Amino acid sequence: MHADSSSSIATTRPACDAKATGGQVVFRHRLSTRLWHWTNAVACVILLMSGLMIFNAHPRLYWGAYGANPDHAWLQIGATEANTGYLRIGSLTFDTTGVLGRWTDSNGQLRNRAFPSWATLPKSYNLAQARRWHLTFAWVFALGLAAYLLRSLFNRHLRRDILPMAEEMRPAHIWHDIRQHARLKFPKGAAARRYNVLQKLSYLSVLIVLIPGMVLTGMTMSPALNAVFPWLLDLFGGRQSARSLHFLFAGGLVLFVLVHLLMVVLAGPVNEIRSMITGRYRLPKEKD
Amino acid sequence: MARLIARRAVLAGLGFSAIAGGTAGLAFSPDFREMVLGTGERLAYGTHRLIGRNALAPEFTEADLSPDFRTNGNTMPRSEVYRRHLESGFSDWALRVDGLVNTPMAFTLDALKAMPARTQITRHDCVEGWSAIGKWTGVPLAQILTRAGLLPAARFVVFHCADDFGGMAYYESIDLVDAFHPQTLLAYAMNDRPLPVGHGMPLRLRVERQLGYKQAKYIMRIEVTSTLARTGLGKGGYWEDQIGYDWYAGI
Repeated sequence: MHADSSSSIATTRPACDAKATGGQVVFRHRLSTRLWHWTNAVACVILLMSGLMIFNAHPRLYWGAYGANPDHAWLQIGATEANTGYLRIGSLTFDTTGVLGRWTDSNGQLRNRAFPSWATLPKSYNLAQARRWHLTFAWVFALGLAAYLLRSLFNRHLRRDILPMAEEMRPAHIWHDIRQHARLKFPKGAAARRYNVLQKLSYLSVLIVLIPGMVLTGMTMSPALNAVFPWLLDLFGGRQSARSLHFLFAGGLVLFVLVHLLMVVLAGPVNEIRSMITGRYRLPKEKD
Repeated sequence: MARLIARRAVLAGLGFSAIAGGTAGLAFSPDFREMVLGTGERLAYGTHRLIGRNALAPEFTEADLSPDFRTNGNTMPRSEVYRRHLESGFSDWALRVDGLVNTPMAFTLDALKAMPARTQITRHDCVEGWSAIGKWTGVPLAQILTRAGLLPAARFVVFHCADDFGGMAYYESIDLVDAFHPQTLLAYAMNDRPLPVGHGMPLRLRVERQLGYKQAKYIMRIEVTSTLARTGLGKGGYWEDQIGYDWYAGI
């Protein structure tokens, strides 16, 4: 039912799913997917770390068109007069001394900044350089997304491999997959040829919500692009809302990557990483 | 089919080499890093000039004004000359316009206020991330430049300011697309009052598609040039020279 369109690798792919068995090597990831995956891996690390440095320049988030120090911030990271670090969200305040707001750098110096130097690019406070990293790799990220989405529409990767089928969306099926995942029982043999429904849903939300959301909220923060695409401001509810959403979407992506890395480790890191380089994936055996 | 596989292998090889080589270059070669990190600014400038040369920045209503528009940068120039002008209400002050112009000129504050004015409610975005909405009234810069008349070699407009950081006077510059943009003003009023000292009395630039550090305050002189190389340290603005902010403000 999921015939592979990459006919050039026909020798390594089973005639149909039903015949695929555990231990067999199948063609799993197209070249466009693999190249984009690794480009993004590099770009995302750079964008995240330089983004945290940019956040450090003004560690407050607002809703609406405007927002500055005299206005109400819904999220704030800072240091108190008693020199403890804090994260404040709405009316909740958390003591984050050592990690956020106040922390010790690699030279043993205490610093009052939002994100610590191990998480930022560059390591010590430099808004100008962080912006150069961020606004250069934003192009890599955005153009990569555009190329991948075009390619995936064209070769039907999205419809074929990522969009869940109606049958998979039955609550019973989803519930079954959740239980299997919770027990760390991953699909074996022929079933492992395809993404399972939880994978499909998380990849889909990353591909059509989080990543495009990052790019569009980023564009919304540009005063020059506001002049060209004023509808972006309406879409996100103003520049400061877009900045808040940019931060939240980034948090969503970090969460996704953490779960993704955990799953790679649990499912067999050598096989998984190799498949994202060569495209070839060894189907897990039905019985271990 | 063999050819197809070979072509695919070459593509894969090129693609993965580019990713690995690029990452290694960024990590280990400062020259390569500098070259790559200038790309964002160049692409943004080129793209914006291509797709949105004359697009207007969004304008807001009175209801959208920030209740409290914060100041930043210098909020009180230290120079004796500025203080004397402040005491005399800028009555014997004049904006000088020179450089690559047909007629070097001087405009008193009254002369500027007598010219056709524009009022706009726009959002001010600091490079650090905050935004404030204010109402600005002033003379479109295009009028001043048209009166003085540009010489053919003119490419940039440089703003020389009365404030300084550690003895170095603030300056900024923009290209002629931004200079002649209808929303680019020399503002002398903010929120229906004379421009406060903290916001740049007597004149501040409003160049609405740019970040805050481009909105020069305390403007004393406008110079039209063919190059930015001979002003300041050559990068087109005080912060560009001192800490490496992008000249086009790159977003």
